[in-house]
Order: sequence, then C-alpha cells, then structure tokens
Amino acid sequence: MTATEQTNEPGWRERHASTIRMARLYARTFRNNGSAMLGLGIITVFLLAVLLGPWIVPYPEDATGAINLANKLQPPSASHWFGTDEVGSDVFTRVVIGARVSLQIGLIVTGIAMFIGVPLGIIAGFVGGWVEEAIMRVTDVFLSVPGLILAIAIAGVLGPGIFNAMLALSLVWWPGYVRLIQAKTLSLKSAIYVDAARSIGAGRLRIVFVHILPNCLSPIIVKGSMDMGMAILGAASLGFLGLGAQPPYPEWGAMISVGRNYLPDWWWYSFFPGMAIFLTVLGFNLLGDGLRDILDPKGRE
Amino acid sequence: MEKPLLEIRDYRLNFNTFDGVYHALDGVNLSVVAGQSLGIVGETGCGKSVTVRNVLGLLPSPPADVISGEILYRGKDLLRVDQKEMQRIRGSEIAMIFQDPMTYLNPVFSIGTQMVDAIMAQQKSLPREQRKNKREARQHAIAMLEKVHLPNPEKQIDRYPHELSGGMRQRVLIAMALSGAPKLLIADEPTTALDVTIQAQILDLIAELVEDMGLSVILITHDLGVVAKICDRVAVMYAGQVVEYGSVDDVFTRPRHPYTEGLLRSIPHPGRPPESLSGIPGFLPNLLSPPKGCRFFERCPKALEKCRETPPRISRPEKGAEALCHLYSEERGDA
Amino acid sequence: MLDVKNLTVGFPVRNRGEKAMLMAVNDVSLTLNKGDALGLVGESGSGKSTIGRTILHLNPSTSGHIALDGEEITRLSAAGERALRKRAQMIFQDPHSALNPRMTILRSVAEPLVLHTRLRGSALREKVGELLETVGLQKQFLYRYPHELSGGQKQRVCIARAMALNPELLVLDEPTSALDVSVQAQILEFLKSIQQQKSLTYLFISHNLAVVRYMCNRVAVMYLGKIVEQGPTEEVFKAPRHPYTKALLEAVPLPEAGQSRRTAPLGGDIPSPLNPPTGCAFHTRCDKAIAGKCDRVPPPEVDFGHGHVASCFLGVEGQGTTGEKIRELA
Repeated sequence: MTATEQTNEPGWRERHASTIRMARLYARTFRNNGSAMLGLGIITVFLLAVLLGPWIVPYPEDATGAINLANKLQPPSASHWFGTDEVGSDVFTRVVIGARVSLQIGLIVTGIAMFIGVPLGIIAGFVGGWVEEAIMRVTDVFLSVPGLILAIAIAGVLGPGIFNAMLALSLVWWPGYVRLIQAKTLSLKSAIYVDAARSIGAGRLRIVFVHILPNCLSPIIVKGSMDMGMAILGAASLGFLGLGAQPPYPEWGAMISVGRNYLPDWWWYSFFPGMAIFLTVLGFNLLGDGLRDILDPKGRE
Repeated sequence: MEKPLLEIRDYRLNFNTFDGVYHALDGVNLSVVAGQSLGIVGETGCGKSVTVRNVLGLLPSPPADVISGEILYRGKDLLRVDQKEMQRIRGSEIAMIFQDPMTYLNPVFSIGTQMVDAIMAQQKSLPREQRKNKREARQHAIAMLEKVHLPNPEKQIDRYPHELSGGMRQRVLIAMALSGAPKLLIADEPTTALDVTIQAQILDLIAELVEDMGLSVILITHDLGVVAKICDRVAVMYAGQVVEYGSVDDVFTRPRHPYTEGLLRSIPHPGRPPESLSGIPGFLPNLLSPPKGCRFFERCPKALEKCRETPPRISRPEKGAEALCHLYSEERGDA
Repeated sequence: MLDVKNLTVGFPVRNRGEKAMLMAVNDVSLTLNKGDALGLVGESGSGKSTIGRTILHLNPSTSGHIALDGEEITRLSAAGERALRKRAQMIFQDPHSALNPRMTILRSVAEPLVLHTRLRGSALREKVGELLETVGLQKQFLYRYPHELSGGQKQRVCIARAMALNPELLVLDEPTSALDVSVQAQILEFLKSIQQQKSLTYLFISHNLAVVRYMCNRVAVMYLGKIVEQGPTEEVFKAPRHPYTKALLEAVPLPEAGQSRRTAPLGGDIPSPLNPPTGCAFHTRCDKAIAGKCDRVPPPEVDFGHGHVASCFLGVEGQGTTGEKIRELA
C-alpha cells in the first residue's frame, strides 16, 4: 500500500467503529444483567481452575489416584479443604483437576453435535423437498427418545469409559441443532436480503455461507453455551451410573458414584464434586441466558 | 366555541430509556368537540400514537413518565383516575381500534365468541338487572356487525378471524369497539394495512359513524389524504409537539408552519400532473437531548436566528388556527 | 426493450388439503421501451410484484415469454442468468430487511462487484465509495452496519447496490412505501434524476397511484393477475376507461380540503386469486357489469389510441372511442 492510499484509507479503529460501538453496547447490556454476570463469574472461576489446575492444587499426584491410606476419609481441614476420600486422596485436588475433564467433555460433545447438526439443519432448511423430509424424520426419531436414556443404551453397548461416554452423548445431542438451524434457515431463506443477494447473482454456496450462516450464529452460540453445561451434567450422569469415566479418573460424576457409598457420615466426599457440577451447569445456563438477551435483535432495538 | 369532549392540556411525557431520558412529548395541547373528528398526522417518531395511548391508560409506567399535563374527558382527568374507573371508561365511553386487526383478534375463537366476551366484560360496571345475558349479547353483536355493514352478519359471526379479509376484520374490530356505545373512538392508523378501495370503504364507514351517530373520532395517520378526506380538524405533529392545529379547510389550503408546508410539498398529488417534489432534508432531532430552540430549526427553510435558541410559543395567526412558530408571533408582535 | 408476452405464473398451493394452482399472473403482456418508466399498479393479490420477480428469475414462470432487447430470457442457463443480473436489477420494498444485518455497507454494496468483476481491495473500496456518492451518501457510511442507518439511507444503499453493475433495467418493487413522505419525496426525486442521467428503464411497481403518476410515463393497472388497462399515464389518469381504474382513482383520498367524505366507489372485497370470478374478474364489484356477458365471457381488449388499451365490454359499445381496433382475446 502506498503512502497516499494510507492517508485515504481510514484506520483500523475508524473502520471498525461500528463493531466497537456494538461490542460496547453488548458489554453494557451484559453488565446490567445480574444473573448473566454471576454466570460469567462462575465460568471464569471454572476456566481458571482448568488453566491453572495442576499448578495450584496442593497434591497434584492425587489426581491420578495416588494412595495414601493413612489419610483416608479425613473431614475438611486446613490441609485438605474438601477432606480426603477412601484412599486418602485430596478431594479438593481431584475436584479442581476434574474441571479439565469436564471442559473437555463439554467442548467435545457440543462440538461434535454442532458439527453434525448445523450442516444437516442448513441442508434441510435450504434444499427442502425429500432431502428435508429425510433429515427431519431421522431427527424426529432421535428427539422422540429421551437423550440420556439413549446415551445410556449407546454407552452400554460401547462399554464403559470416558471416550465412549462422550461419543454416546454426541450421538444423541445433534438433533437439537438440526431443529434449531433448520427453522432458522427456513425463515432466513425467504428474507428479503437473501432475495436481494439472488438478484445480484449470488450462488447457492455464497448465500449459505455469507447470508444465512452468519445470521444463524447467535442462536448457535446461545444453545452451545447452555449445552456445555448440559453435556457436563450428562457425562457426570453416565459416570455416576458407571458407564462413563472410571475411578480413579478425576471425573465429578464418577467421584459422586463412589462417594455416595460413604454417605451420610463422610458427606464431603460426594458433596464437593456435586457442588462443582451444580455450579458449572448453573454458570453455563446463566451465561447462555445472558448471551440470548444481548444477541436477540429484538432486545437490541 | 363548543365545550370539548376531550381536551389534552400541556401534556409532557418522557420515556426513561437505557440511553437516558427520551423527551417523547413536549407540551401537547389538543381538543375534540363532540360529534367532530380530529386527525393527528405526522411522520415516524413524531409522537402521534404516544399522545393518545394514555387516554385509555395504555402506556406502561415505567418506562413512560408523565411530567405534566392533563387529559380531560368531560372534565375528568384521565391521567388521574383509578383502575376501576378506567375500566368503565374503556369501551363504554372511549374505545380504540388499531392498524392491524389480526393482532387484536384471538385466532382460536370465533368472532361471535370474542364479541360476546367483550360485551359481557363491558357491562360489569352496570347494575345486575341491566346486564344482557349471553343470548342478548349475541343479538347485540349481530346488530353491531350490521351497523358496520358486514355482509351476512348472522353467518359471519360464527367465522374465525383468519376466514375474513383485512377489511372485514377491521369492520369487526370497529363493531367490537362500538358495542359499548362509546362517545369517542380513537383510531390508530386504521386503514394503513388495507388496499385503497377497501380503505375507502372503511373511511366511508367512519365518516358515517360521525355524521349519523354523532360519534367523535380521533384519527391517527401518516397519510395527509386520509385526514383531509374525513376529518374536521387536524393536528400536525413533529418531534413530540403539535406544530400546527386548525380546521382541515384552513390547514390544507393555507398551511402556516414550515413543516406542514414541507409535508404538503413532499407528496405527489394523485389528481394532478407531476410537479417537482421537495421533500424535507435532514433528520428528526434526537429527542434524548432535544434542541434548545425550535425542534424543526435544523430542517426549516425559513428559520430565523432566534429559532436556534428560543423555543417558539403557540401563536394564533387567525381565529381557530394555531402554529408553533416564531414567524407568526413575529407578525403579531406578541412574542 | 423489455417485451413480456402472455406471461402466466402459477404457484402450487394447498387449499384445504387439496392441491391447487394459484394464478398470480394470468396471461399478461407488457412492452417497455428504452427510457420508459412503466408503473404497475394494483391492490393486493393483483400479481404486480410477481411480474417483477419473474422477470428477474426470482420466481419461475409457468408459460409465456420474456425478452430483453429481443433476446429470449424466459429460460436461462446459469451463465445466461449471470449475464441477466448485469443488465436487470431490483429494488425491494422494505429497505430495513433488504440488507444483510451482519454485513457492513461496504460489503453489501461491493457484493455485486465481487461477483461480477475483478475489482478487489482498494480499487473495490474506491468504487463503492463512488457509488455511495452518486446516491448522496458520504464515504463515512462504508463501515457502518444497516441498523445504524435510517430508512431513507438504507434505501439509498440498496439503490447503490443495484446500480453497481450499471444495469439498463431496474425493477422497483414499492421502493418508497415503507418510508415517511418527506423521505419518499427525496428518494423519488433521486430515482427520477438518475433515470434521466443514465437513461434507465424502470418497471415501477406500486399501490400508490400518486407516486406512479409522478414517476411514470406509462401505467398498467392490474386486477387479479390480469392487466385491465394500460396506456400513457396522463391519458389513463385523466380519462380512465376501465371501471376498475376509475374506482381506484376515486378511492384515493386527496391531500386537499373540500372533498366529499362519503364516497367509497367500490363495495365488496377483492376476490381470492385462488378462485377468481369467471368472465371479467372484476364483474363481482362492477356496477356497470352486464349480466350474462361480463360474468361469462372474458372481455375484449379495446384500443383507444396512443397505446391506451382497456379490457372491458363497455369500450366495445362505444364510449366515444375513436378508431378503436377490437381484438378478441382468446
């Protein structure tokens, strides 16, 4: 770029003034939403645990199931904030490290679900005809069976294990995205700006990728955020039933599953992993709600 | 001059929004004489709908915040009546119809069911022996449908809203509004969603109700033609103020306010060969921080230096005509 | 320049569970010369928008022919359609929804150029800036999003986008009916001036007779998928021949004092286009309808000279018509 062009061409700030303004507005709307901020706070703590986990926990070796029977089933104390479990591992360490497992589960399950669901939804909505019929009927079949039950069945067939649990959850999670995106695509397909794009000669691919997909992003983000929490809950449920992660793997559901044998006297063993699940799911849901509020175009006017 | 049926005096209303205080209405003065029709005309954002919403207590507060003024209906201030009294006034004294009838008709009930419900609800304030039973209410509903010239009312009354055309739905809504025999009908853009020939029918009906039944009407519209056709008086609104107010004959033949002149020069006349249109350049001022002087100053071709700083006051260039403009206070020297 | 012959457009619909064909446009013929502005007027269900959309291949046609400069464009290959886009463009009714809310004005206006030319980078930005200037918008709008613009500004952006490829024909579908009158006036003035500057041809679709009289040199009045009258604008407005045109003109309230209040020229509703009346589609609302004739036989097209044509039996019976040629229609 020559010097003269540089003076003609507005700078980055100027070119993105609208985006900056919009981001500010989003931030302001979000800040004024108490529950969304609470959600954001919880998720921040959760992400900090994920990022810094191995360096901040007091007994890193306990995460992978170190045995220290002398310390077993100690109540919460200064040296073991959340107490210890039946083999003497520090529950606090295992809960913090468990955040990594949960995030991994959440990301992989929602990721795979989106990866299958969004393209199918767009194809169904945009192409129509028998293709739509076929995709939507298969989706309906999946949606008519309760997701967790189906996941239990799949995980049962595949055999227990964290990887199989994620696979099973992904396989039951995508239909929700198909429904959401198909409905959105149908309404966008008849939008006037899509007509306008056709009339200036935009091809089908361009219409899908430039005009339809970007306008589907808001609902995808909102649903994705809420599904993170639900997927973590789902994986924990499978773990609890013995179909997911296996002890001593530091997964919250599996921890509760073992810990419930020690209730009520050694309550801390299942209480703290339970709180971790509860707060994480709550956090993602509140965040999702908050995102819906700011991304909903009706709310913006 | 006759005593007005409804009088709005120095009405100021703000909306408390996220971005600050939006000065929606600033000192609105209007009146409707019994048996007459008043047209309120203006463009998007001028406050014409907001002005009449609170006649029936329809603006939620917050965000709406009445700063000053009164809305006097037969001497009673509607801004200060209690819920129960407002209930009584709605329907039996003042009724309202809107642009899109479909929004106000429930798609899952037949026309008859909804009309009977409305009639039954309206008579709650009456003593028990004067109330109609369901059968009588239905008879009354049919009579009302007949009054608004819905063809075959006995048959149509059992149909559902989606089975009727837009024009018929608007007739049903008018019948429903009139079923409590109100004295004043407020019609907010009643024909905007309709085709021209159907619009003509509905306007004809409204004119008939005024002429034959002595109904008073406030008609809100953006269409100058509609006002000119069926109204007696007209109020032109701009940026939350009534900038010109007078008889239709007067305002349309001799507009006083530069904004009214601009509006009239903006619309092509369907009955004459084309002349060039001028439009009104510029934009509505931001009512979050309204201009200090005249709200039309920025766009006014005749603006004086004092219009920038001093807000104009209502002046009466002639009997019965009012304009919110320095040009006339100047002429009469009473600024 | 544009020649539409016997165009029929039907949409398959389900009416109470039964498959039916909605004849939105029924055997319509139109001709536009270069530099013409033809107003297509009618009420809802008249099919006026469908004609515009069909010419631009946004709807398929059922039968009939469309030719642009003598070249048949009724059925086109993908390449032919691309070529058509450069020559004919459309402006839509609602500027608020005609722009992709996630695209900056720059990207929206650049889109046709990206699709059809090799302009990229700073040259593209330059060109878009010029286009915005021709529609009266400053360059500062380049990086704005549609929701930051007023209705009139958005419509100007849409015009800039449509003008990007220098089309010869513009189909304007109710371009100002979503705008306030003071803004409408500016847009109409502007559309008129660029039409003269670039000798564009307009197909101007509107329900607003005043706007059509202002903008167009010729006008065609549609009712239930058919053209009932067409001719030079001033002739049609001063001496309408078809009873429907007359009624339509009388129905418009005028912005002037001293009108009679009680004049609804037409009773009844517009019949459903799914099930249009036999014979002359207007006979159910026409006070001059001749029983046994208008309700049975489609009316003939009567030529009143200067291309002023109306489809009505009354014309045949002589209403002071000079040298008319009578053509029976099918």
